[in-house]
Amino acid sequence: MPKHHRSNALFRIRFHGRGGQGVKTASRILGQAFFLAGYEVQDAPRYGAERRGATIFAYVRASHDSIYERGIIRRPDLVVVADETLVEIPAAGVLQGVTKTTVVLIHSKLTAEDWIKRYTPLEKVVILHPVKTRRQELHLDSAACAGAAACLAGVITRDHLQRAIEEEFVGQKGSLVQANLTQALDAYNQMALDSGLVIAGSGDQGTTPASPDWIDLPFEAADISAPTIHAALTSTQVTTGLWRTLRPVVDENICRRCGLCSSYCPEGVISLDDQGIPVIDYVHCKGCLVCVVECPAHAIHAHPEPVPEGEQT
Amino acid sequence: MTRTLLTGNGAAAWGMRLARADYLPAFPITPQTEIIETVASWINRNEIECRMTTLESEHSMLTAAGAAAATGVRVFSATSSQGLLYGMEMLYTVAGWRAPLVLVNVSRGLAAPITLEPDHNDILAARDCGALQIHCATCQEVLDSILLAYRLAEDWRVRLPVIVNLDGFYLSFTREPVQIPEAAAVNRFLPPFDSGNLCFRASAPTSQAVAVLGGGPYSYFRYQAYLAAMNALGVFEEIGQEFRKQFGRSYDLLDTYHCDDADILFVMLGSFATKAREAVDHLRASGQAVGLVRPRLLRPFPKMALQRVLAGKQGVAVIDQNLSPGGGFLYTELATALYDQSTAKPLLVNFIGGLGGRDISREEFFEIAAETRRAVTAGTAPLPRLLFTAAELREVRKLQAIAGSRREPPRREP
Ligand code: SF4
Ligand code: SF4
Repeated sequence: MPKHHRSNALFRIRFHGRGGQGVKTASRILGQAFFLAGYEVQDAPRYGAERRGATIFAYVRASHDSIYERGIIRRPDLVVVADETLVEIPAAGVLQGVTKTTVVLIHSKLTAEDWIKRYTPLEKVVILHPVKTRRQELHLDSAACAGAAACLAGVITRDHLQRAIEEEFVGQKGSLVQANLTQALDAYNQMALDSGLVIAGSGDQGTTPASPDWIDLPFEAADISAPTIHAALTSTQVTTGLWRTLRPVVDENICRRCGLCSSYCPEGVISLDDQGIPVIDYVHCKGCLVCVVECPAHAIHAHPEPVPEGEQT
Repeated sequence: MTRTLLTGNGAAAWGMRLARADYLPAFPITPQTEIIETVASWINRNEIECRMTTLESEHSMLTAAGAAAATGVRVFSATSSQGLLYGMEMLYTVAGWRAPLVLVNVSRGLAAPITLEPDHNDILAARDCGALQIHCATCQEVLDSILLAYRLAEDWRVRLPVIVNLDGFYLSFTREPVQIPEAAAVNRFLPPFDSGNLCFRASAPTSQAVAVLGGGPYSYFRYQAYLAAMNALGVFEEIGQEFRKQFGRSYDLLDTYHCDDADILFVMLGSFATKAREAVDHLRASGQAVGLVRPRLLRPFPKMALQRVLAGKQGVAVIDQNLSPGGGFLYTELATALYDQSTAKPLLVNFIGGLGGRDISREEFFEIAAETRRAVTAGTAPLPRLLFTAAELREVRKLQAIAGSRREPPRREP
């Protein structure tokens, strides 16, 4: 594989996933691997309120020179998508700054052609086939994504990757380290044909610096400009049920109809029917499992969410 | 000496560890909590000797910190944003006690509305409390600045609390390679705290809750604290040189980049200044004589050093990551610093950017340089400019639509 890296060029890599998938861990494994390969590195996660299932992204910069850029990567050389459902959510910003030179690595059952057909800016798509993990092992996605990205970058050896994982999981159980190593190295091998596909600094080439479209922000009266929410029930519009990885299910035979779960639910999504039996609104239940813990009769059980259509492995 | 990847928070914890702080009063707040968690895990594993106490608020935390420092032990604590404001009363008090301690603030914009992301209105609210302030731009600087801060705080010419500031997210959660100095070298640079007459023994009672009436004594004590703060300028330069001899890294009052031959300068605080530095490289590559100045010490304000570096420049773009009536804090402070010179002054142009962690793009730095040049040509500075785009306003409009803000405004009688 030919390598075209300018020695002082800056790798800009962005990871997208959901809380619980270990996107931060993935960025750290990759960052550490670059560091062990002799690079200056910057890695960081970006999230709002921390919670499972929420969209998060993380970034890694690596260069042989000191790195002065900070924060959001606007022109990535590589975008790693751990959860393919994020591509269609504009707020997740997966496609932001993606051009036909950007390599996009998607953890997906679909083919690269499918993705290229669906989204115009996509051209250099690489598929990372979902590894057979159980739902509870979602976090292993991170190791696979990091391993694949490491290979695509073309400057990280298997040995760097292995040492990076050992470094990042210092103090953890041996079996966990081993599971992550296996995932990462498998994914690394899967990418062998595309090793070096990512060109450092390529995302930043050929962009003419447009002037920012600054505006003079006009005065608006406090009726409008105070950060007040006037609309009632705005939270119903947010389908927080999508965050859930485990679903609380009430066993009516055990339930004593005390109603405690309804009071404890932080989302207020448990109502009681005329018999006093709790009914959970699964469109909005976020899967925090507070109800499971609080139910004195242990009548609420957590079940893994069914894997969405077409994702069956 | 090990070079390893650390977050800004991790670097802060390492600074505390190498400084061998004896006491850590703590209260959690995002994005600072990781500092306390890291130190707590070291204490738990008996890796360091330190007494940690969790308090019920930042107000109590700073009371405990000041009280402990007043007994002559080395004290470390950390907070952020609303927490700093909640402890504000005690910041003034502890500075008045002349109790030397180091407090890390992880900058985060103030409510309302609530944000988790950084700007400097929190730390700048503490600008007159009597504590000194060091502002950091990299994770390495966070670690090093804590060592410098103890030297500064404990110096007999100063003896005041020192706040070390780092930006939330951009440093707190960002990993960079950091040299962790050898403990022995740190011990040479920062020997055990020689607390002088700061002590607490049954045989030697002291009291800090002194009341003075009539104004004269009050003026004396507060002005002494002020004079001590002003001494910190010279002391910082001195210990900065010692630091360089010991560890090889330079810490001057100002971090300057390509200033000598520049006609336009950017002036900024904190980690966003590294973005400006990157922009300076690009501007230089296109033939523009632009440079960057970043004050490390903000309290006391390095007025003379700034006067020197700004002398003879045509235009200065002051980029404030804070909002204050009449322009950003740095802008007004810099204008004051230049005003008492009779020589020609550079034109100051003020930009407000990075509020609540808003990014400042490379293109925006280019435009800032261009706008400053236009102002120089016109001979007059425009009003402070908020960095805010049409696209951002469209985003706000969407939020307002969801929040139902666009209802009929209530009728007002004329
Ligand atoms: S807390 Fe448990 S027992 Fe009580 S109503 Fe809810 S499910 Fe039934
Ligand atoms: S898991 Fe239970 S407590 Fe949590 S949101 Fe769902 S119903 Fe409410």
